[in-house]
Amino acid sequence: MALLEVKNLHTHFFAEGSVVKAVDGVSFDVEPGETLAIVGESGSGKSVTAMSILRLIPNPPGEIVDGEIRFEGQDILEMTDEQVQDLRGNKIAMIFQEPMTSLNPVLTVGRQIAEPIELHRQAPLDKALEMAKVLLRKVHIAEHDKRVSSYPHQLSGGMRQRVMIAMGMACEPKLIIADEPTTALDVTVQAQLLELLKELTREGHSSLILITHDLGVVARYADRIVVMYAGRIVEQGTARDIFERPHHPYTIGLMNSIPKLDQDTKEKLIPIPGAPPDLANVPEGCAFNPRCEFAVEKCRQQRPTLEPVAVGHYKACWVDVRS
Amino acid sequence: MYSYLVRRLIALVPTLLFASMIVFSVVRLVPGDIIDLMLSESDFGADTVETRAELEKALGLDKPIYVQYFEWIGGILFRFDFGNSLWQNTPVIDDIAERMPYTIELGVLSLLIALLVAIPIGIYSAVRQETIGDYAGRTVSILGLAVPSFWIGTMVVILPAIWWGWSPPTEVVPFFEDPVANLQVFIIPSLILGFSLSAVTMRMTRTMMLEVLRQDYVRTAWAKGLTERVVVLRHALKNALIPVVTLIGLLVPFLFGGAVIIEQIFTIPGMGQLLLDSVSTRDYPLITGITLIIGFLIIVLNLVIDLCYAYLDPKVRYG
Repeated sequence: MALLEVKNLHTHFFAEGSVVKAVDGVSFDVEPGETLAIVGESGSGKSVTAMSILRLIPNPPGEIVDGEIRFEGQDILEMTDEQVQDLRGNKIAMIFQEPMTSLNPVLTVGRQIAEPIELHRQAPLDKALEMAKVLLRKVHIAEHDKRVSSYPHQLSGGMRQRVMIAMGMACEPKLIIADEPTTALDVTVQAQLLELLKELTREGHSSLILITHDLGVVARYADRIVVMYAGRIVEQGTARDIFERPHHPYTIGLMNSIPKLDQDTKEKLIPIPGAPPDLANVPEGCAFNPRCEFAVEKCRQQRPTLEPVAVGHYKACWVDVRS
Repeated sequence: MYSYLVRRLIALVPTLLFASMIVFSVVRLVPGDIIDLMLSESDFGADTVETRAELEKALGLDKPIYVQYFEWIGGILFRFDFGNSLWQNTPVIDDIAERMPYTIELGVLSLLIALLVAIPIGIYSAVRQETIGDYAGRTVSILGLAVPSFWIGTMVVILPAIWWGWSPPTEVVPFFEDPVANLQVFIIPSLILGFSLSAVTMRMTRTMMLEVLRQDYVRTAWAKGLTERVVVLRHALKNALIPVVTLIGLLVPFLFGGAVIIEQIFTIPGMGQLLLDSVSTRDYPLITGITLIIGFLIIVLNLVIDLCYAYLDPKVRYG
């Protein structure tokens, strides 16, 4: 059985008469121990999908209007607030982007890491702080004995993100959702942190959902990839499928706009023309059609559904781009 | 932190010296001379040039103003002697010492009431935004902003007297002699003064809480599975209080200003009344003494506020 099954998720935002369909019918599974990357531009609904899993969508204006989110078989959307609180930070942990603002400036990092341990393991504060030190060592923070009583502003961006990771790992969660975990950081630090995340999830046999806009670096750490566009999944498959045999014009566009080290410098990067659509006003048919060079009449009229192209590889596109 | 504290304490000296100079010269520039006032009361003799000169000499006002200033400030610095009242010839410091506890009590009680009312309501209003409770809290706070405390004070004194022949007790007893009787007198004026302060503080608390509750670290706190109580009180409140503390620091001088008026309405024999009396009688040493002491208290309170900052904000502590 899959650890997490998201079925037909719809998360909408309601504002002054208009409805923003941030997530509009998304389904995917996460197997135990697996790393799944959800890739898309900003506004594609990837972060909202992640937040929906832990019911962290601010309401109002947001609301999960339809769908199921089954974790270990139980629908999170049916749970009471207490049951969800018991899940958060315990069995499902979340690591946010922006380590600069995601840590509380007035509490020591030790205190912040200790909190979920105190709460979910019913540990007294001094014990929880001891465990926080161990966690800081695990995320390779030097002088972890001293750092435990540091405040966030005394740490560098990379260190803060390590603290976030330590906080996420505190209760040995079965599922970690990392929302753009390395976006705000230097490239060298990005790679270190991704390695660290992989190493820790492997150790704890946890599953990992990596939310990213970066098909180049981040998605390489994934076993499977889901590509989102305008609140829907446009392509889904193993990392190999997506990197070697992309089927959706959007995925292909993303691949072409990544610089490759082995590429001849004379070969130009090909950007995707245009901008992502306004989610309150998504184009008829396929949401990508105005930016798509392969678009035919059908694309402008009918919305494509996610259909298999091979075992475990799906795309939502009317056109057979590869032939 | 300690060096910061020491620096602040040292900076206190020039600030107070400067304030003393301004106060000292300004009261003497106010039209209406004390000699005129004294001579208009017949027991000082007829208004002749000789009696004037005699009076000036007796009061020490015949010397050049800078000599007067140095004598005065020297007395304060070396003997803690603020001079004698020109009318009663009693030491100014004794008068102040007698009145000050009442004003301080009124101020502290008002501030306590303001905070006890404003902060919980502000938090509630922010957390339950757009509910009936929020609207009620905001309406009351608009009232507190719009209605001046002297009006409320006057109404509280007059209306019960007209309707039921009852008026608030005014027989002031020092707190340590009879706390119950003392509080009976002080509770109504403190409530009125506290209410007007709480209005601004409540608005600020609410706005800051709303701001902080939108921050990423609050989302992080939710994502850890913390309950609403912990998220609001541990993660949001401490951050939201930092600007509220600034506001309280700015409100402290107004607290003294408000106390002067409220003391007048409720006939509390505090510094406010003493100051008013001394101004209308042009009792220079008394005016300057009181102003200097109030200035000192305000500066010290602001220092306390800065210490609160350091407690709330680690960036200040380690900055």
